[in-house]
Amino acid sequence: MPKTVNGKNGRSLPKAPTGIQGLDEITGGGLPRGRASLFCGSAGCGKTLFSMEFLVRGAMQYDEPGLFVAFEETPEELTQNVRSLGFDLNRLVAEKKLLVDFVRVERSEIEETGDYDLEGLFIRLGHAIDSIGAKRVVLDTIETLFSGLSNLAILRAELRRLFRWLKDKGVTAIITAERGDGTLTRHGLEEYVSDCVILLDHRVIDEVSTRRLRVVKYRGSTHGTNEYPFLIDGDGISVLPITSVGLQHVASNERIPSGIPRLDAMLGNEGYYRGSTALVSGTAGSGKSSIAAHFAHASCQRGERCLYLAFEESPSQIVRNMRSIGVDLEPWVRKGLLRFHATRASMYGLEMHLATFHKLVQEFQPRVFIIDPINNLAFASNRKDTSAMLTRLIDFLKMQGITALMTSMTSPESQETSDADISSLVDTWLLLRDIELSGERNRAMYVLKSRGMAHSNQIREFLLTDRGIDLTDVYLGAEGVLTGSARLSQEAREREEDLRRQQLLDGKQRELARKTEALEARITALRKEFEAEAEEARRVIGEEKAREEITRRNRERMGASRRADAGIDAGERPARPRTVQEGRR
Amino acid sequence: MMTGTPAHAVQSQPPGEEETWELRLYVAGQTPKSITAFQNLKKICEEHLAGRYRIEVIDLMEHPQLAAGDQIIAIPTLVRKLPSPLRKIVGDLRNTERALVGLNLRPTEPSQ
Repeated sequence: MPKTVNGKNGRSLPKAPTGIQGLDEITGGGLPRGRASLFCGSAGCGKTLFSMEFLVRGAMQYDEPGLFVAFEETPEELTQNVRSLGFDLNRLVAEKKLLVDFVRVERSEIEETGDYDLEGLFIRLGHAIDSIGAKRVVLDTIETLFSGLSNLAILRAELRRLFRWLKDKGVTAIITAERGDGTLTRHGLEEYVSDCVILLDHRVIDEVSTRRLRVVKYRGSTHGTNEYPFLIDGDGISVLPITSVGLQHVASNERIPSGIPRLDAMLGNEGYYRGSTALVSGTAGSGKSSIAAHFAHASCQRGERCLYLAFEESPSQIVRNMRSIGVDLEPWVRKGLLRFHATRASMYGLEMHLATFHKLVQEFQPRVFIIDPINNLAFASNRKDTSAMLTRLIDFLKMQGITALMTSMTSPESQETSDADISSLVDTWLLLRDIELSGERNRAMYVLKSRGMAHSNQIREFLLTDRGIDLTDVYLGAEGVLTGSARLSQEAREREEDLRRQQLLDGKQRELARKTEALEARITALRKEFEAEAEEARRVIGEEKAREEITRRNRERMGASRRADAGIDAGERPARPRTVQEGRR
Repeated sequence: MMTGTPAHAVQSQPPGEEETWELRLYVAGQTPKSITAFQNLKKICEEHLAGRYRIEVIDLMEHPQLAAGDQIIAIPTLVRKLPSPLRKIVGDLRNTERALVGLNLRPTEPSQ
């Protein structure tokens, strides 16, 4: 398969845009101009619709009239069939922008004898092309010729001539063909039409049908090589080439709050990054939707549009339920800031969902995108598909700078593993856990990862109050993490303990004070006693001193009198022993 | 079909006298194939339908718009307009046997 990279200087292969959403992106601008492209696939894969849309868009958007050569359906049938895609063939035919030519090949009417060629078909085509100046031609399905004519040698030679002739005519053509057994087409048309081959496929896996498209070959041009899902709805065909988007998106430094202040604190104090993808996973009833509702509420408060995809509840049910936790979403819905899109995930295949998301995003231009929950999408298909689809969706949202929040329900056994497929895609992963302890179940939350920010590693208890979500610290003790009433009772126990200790302390303090007081009292008493004794002592000392003085004075007086009067002195002497005798008695 | 319609009558008794055969030969220019086809047709008609046939030759090069009417794809194509039902014989009629079968001028089964 040649994959020449064309220069950007306009010398690349000229292309005719199909106008089909997504197909031009995959093919790098459309189908090879002036050449024939082969659309092959099994019955009912959408070949006819693809080619018809190619013509209709060509006529309406690129001013290139188109010729549809129908080998299988009459113009009336075709007109009716494509009306469901919103195409009005009659109007285009009346404006001479489109011509539908029905070529009927009925084997039973035809007998072959001798040599012939398909000049009749050439003339018809040439006439039809010239009559409206067609620039685009569709042959649907030229293989019918194989069932109408039996001379294969002539047929093959003529087909080769036909495709060359189409090229010479300068028309951009689509040839459709049924898929063969093990080959691209039943009659090997890919041998003749080999500039561009596109394979369409319609698979039913688990009762859900999925249409896919793959560019098998594109000579002289690069192209996306994957299988791209496409869908057919009221606006025509859309191919979803999101995997080709790559990882080129610009990361924003802007932060937007989660709507829960305490959660913002856990996320580096500022909340999510704009354009990032957050996943909230947890078991049933762990409060995922409430986190989503807070986020929606916060974004609407900032005046940013929010798209809320609900796969479990109806919008009115969500509004009612969220009102019970103090988040009133209804005003935002009325203001047109919040749009709900509620469907059952099993309604369509993944591709249809993805296409719907695309369409909604393009229509509503939200800044915030919520899916609640993504699991239901997973039920719609197998895990690999879901993961691929989410990759595409997340890439798409990142390209648009839309902040996404997805919730995911996990089973209690595998709280962290079951989302492993998508965890690598998300930037912030909040995990809600149920903690069952002492006969009750409580919610706890922590940030499992959050790219590019210093996030908290703490487990917080997650409370749903009538004023919204409240995150509180959990009790961490010897018994592990305690939540709910266990935490409350533990806290009560602690308070009691504190009180008791306080009382004890108070008692001690009072005792001390009392003792101090007692001591003081005793000290005072002792001092008083001492003072009293000291006073007494001083008095006694004073008295003694006074007596001594008197005694001394008496003696002096006596002595003086003896010296002065000897007679008196002699007569007086016996008086003294008498005194002593008296003391003995 | 199995009742006594004129077509059936022709089928059962080859050189029937009931009606005129209306044949239309589509060609694209004076190509050798066209000329061969016309000559072969002329010969067959003279042999089997002498005096009861009319051949109209349509050159699609000149009237391309006429190709759609009889759903002409291959050239040359001989269309038996009458007697009905409509039959188409594609090719230059080189194989006379097959041409006769195609025109219903020869019973396909011996029993008839």
